[in-house]
Amino acid sequence: MNNVSTVNVDRPKQTLGERIYLGSIVKGLWVTLRHFLRNLFGQRDIATIQYPEVRREYSERLRGRHILTTKEDGSLRCVACYMCETACPADCIHIVAEEDPEATVEWEKIAKVYEIDLLRCVFCGYCVDACPKEAIIMSRVHDFSFANRRQAVVGIEELRQKGPIEDEDLGYRPYY
Amino acid sequence: MTVSSPDTTQELQLLTERLPGESAARIEAAADGFLEVTTDRVHLMEVLRTLRDDPDLDCNLLLDVCGVDYPDREQRFEVVYHLRSLEKDHQLRVKVPLGQDDPAVPSAYGLWKAADWFERETWDLVGIRFDGHPNLRRLLTHEAFQGHALRKDYDPGQRWILTEAETMVPTWVEETPEDEDHFETQILNIGPSHPATHGTLRTVVRLDGEVITKAESEIGYLHRCFEKMSETHGWNQVIPYTDRLNYCSSMINGVGFALGVEHMLGIEAPPRAQVVRLILSEFSRLMDHAVCLGAYLVDVGALTNFWYFFQPREEIYGLLESCAGGRLTISYARVGGLAADVPADFERQVRYLLDYIPKFVDDVETLITTNRIFRQRTEGVGAISAEEAIAWGWTGPCLRAAGVPYDVRRARPYLGYEDYEFDVPIATTGDCYARYLVRIEEMRQSLRIIRQAIDNLPDGPVITDNHHAALPPKSKVYSEMEALIWHFKLIYEGIQVPAGDAYTATEGANGELGYYLVSDGGGRPYRVKVRPPCFPIMQTYPHLLEGHMVADSIAILSSFNIIAGELDR
Repeated sequence: MNNVSTVNVDRPKQTLGERIYLGSIVKGLWVTLRHFLRNLFGQRDIATIQYPEVRREYSERLRGRHILTTKEDGSLRCVACYMCETACPADCIHIVAEEDPEATVEWEKIAKVYEIDLLRCVFCGYCVDACPKEAIIMSRVHDFSFANRRQAVVGIEELRQKGPIEDEDLGYRPYY
Repeated sequence: MTVSSPDTTQELQLLTERLPGESAARIEAAADGFLEVTTDRVHLMEVLRTLRDDPDLDCNLLLDVCGVDYPDREQRFEVVYHLRSLEKDHQLRVKVPLGQDDPAVPSAYGLWKAADWFERETWDLVGIRFDGHPNLRRLLTHEAFQGHALRKDYDPGQRWILTEAETMVPTWVEETPEDEDHFETQILNIGPSHPATHGTLRTVVRLDGEVITKAESEIGYLHRCFEKMSETHGWNQVIPYTDRLNYCSSMINGVGFALGVEHMLGIEAPPRAQVVRLILSEFSRLMDHAVCLGAYLVDVGALTNFWYFFQPREEIYGLLESCAGGRLTISYARVGGLAADVPADFERQVRYLLDYIPKFVDDVETLITTNRIFRQRTEGVGAISAEEAIAWGWTGPCLRAAGVPYDVRRARPYLGYEDYEFDVPIATTGDCYARYLVRIEEMRQSLRIIRQAIDNLPDGPVITDNHHAALPPKSKVYSEMEALIWHFKLIYEGIQVPAGDAYTATEGANGELGYYLVSDGGGRPYRVKVRPPCFPIMQTYPHLLEGHMVADSIAILSSFNIIAGELDR
């Protein structure tokens, strides 16, 4: 500990000007006035965003509400392997599997029930990391509300991708 | 190496000499750089006193006290003390195994005041009694709570419905020391829900006029038993939980935890991941100081600075979000590296921030540093001496403001901090004003570190290719059988961390953030103990208050930067 390079920031000595305080008032007023004038004439410096009319530009990785992706025939890509349910730190995913009646291969599984409790979910993205089929990804939708707790448990129909995947507001998903 | 393990043979010899054979059953060097002393409760006090008072050992800082439950062992409980010598630069772990009946040890409060709340917490959560402790009550859970949550036979899903209201009334409330000089005694509750407590804390104070004559703090309102929850999840799944410790600088918590697990696994994150972790940790430190100082200045009546500090903070959140996908709880660190590589414009964003932030710091300095009102409000208020601060277990900016140049980044470098040039800011007065000055200077030093790091950002992967620890890349999972098997094994079985224990320290924004991790060789932590940096600082708070005005209590609390998320866990 003795050979650590340190910088001493002990209290500076107060000059007469600072003790009189008038100089400090002028200096302080100048700082706030400068910010005021810059915001008044150079509007680009204003930090406030007029939410919800104006929204911040979020990155491609924002972790929002989940999407269950589908195959070309419209069925879910999910094979009910329970990986996301196992990886979830908040234990908010509930899956019930069943045998796929239309499968060409014997014993292929599909999800009969796939529920996410969005009030329990912490939006960490571990389900996306865990999925071996890219069946669950995240959108950038992060503002939604519910009238009661039951509504917050969303199932396959609410989570399923609507239309082509390019049209979704895509957020956190595997990069490669 | 992520944690430096210096040659300990000499220190080991010294320790064997000073601790006679009958007092210490076993003395050995642990893999994490700690010297480990195993003793029993009869000899515990003797051992601890020797460690503290012997001039060659000189362990002046008590880092942590915790209890671990091993139901399968003959001696079911183990109390673990972590000690550090600031001068001699060695670190010790003292273990005391205890039987199931009557688990009790003598209290170390007489040796280090820091033991106060750590022992209360251990009593509360593990049920180990500390004989001679002045105030051994439950600390984090409600007083009507039954059982001890961190014992292995306590079911993590068990719920207690508590119907009684908070009834904690300190015993001294009834004593009314009114005489002809003190006739205006009254009891005042500050908090639990008070705008200036920045979280739910409750302090009961006794006033004589406007002067506080006695105080006692009550915490635990945000307690969610993070440590128990960690035991029910895999090693990697703990990282989202660590985000919620000090939520103002969540990156540092995740990195600290990942470093601890990596150390136990004997792996290291690739160089690029180390540098990105370092850059984002320093940005987190900047944000944390900005929040602390912004709120502190609001509390003493200077609102403008709050906006000047929150503007760069918002921009830093933009950077974190572009890397991790989350703003506050980012969950970006993983065991073995990072969740994903940084975006293509990372360097541009960092350089933009490096230009953007200093002018806000300058503005605040112009407004505040030489401001006579602020100086009169904070100079000499809440002052503490270096010896007192160490005795209470302080670390971080608050300790440095008292004149001790102790910084984990320098004392025990990790993430390659030894390769960067920066100075550790210190002040000598230890008052609220000094804490402000130290934090401001630390912000500038953090910018200096980031500037050096971004100039030397190496290329390469950001997560280790050791698939015992890290998931294989998605492109391989989709196409290769081998990778898919690794992926399944890692998700279902978790990372198989070798059995053992290790303490890893990182410099959090408030001081030394330590993780004491115990593994039984399975895919889940056997025990996670966090040493939250603001915990020992908060336990000093009621003692520091005595003799101060009510208004000063707010200034003192704000200058500590108490984050309830890590205080209560």
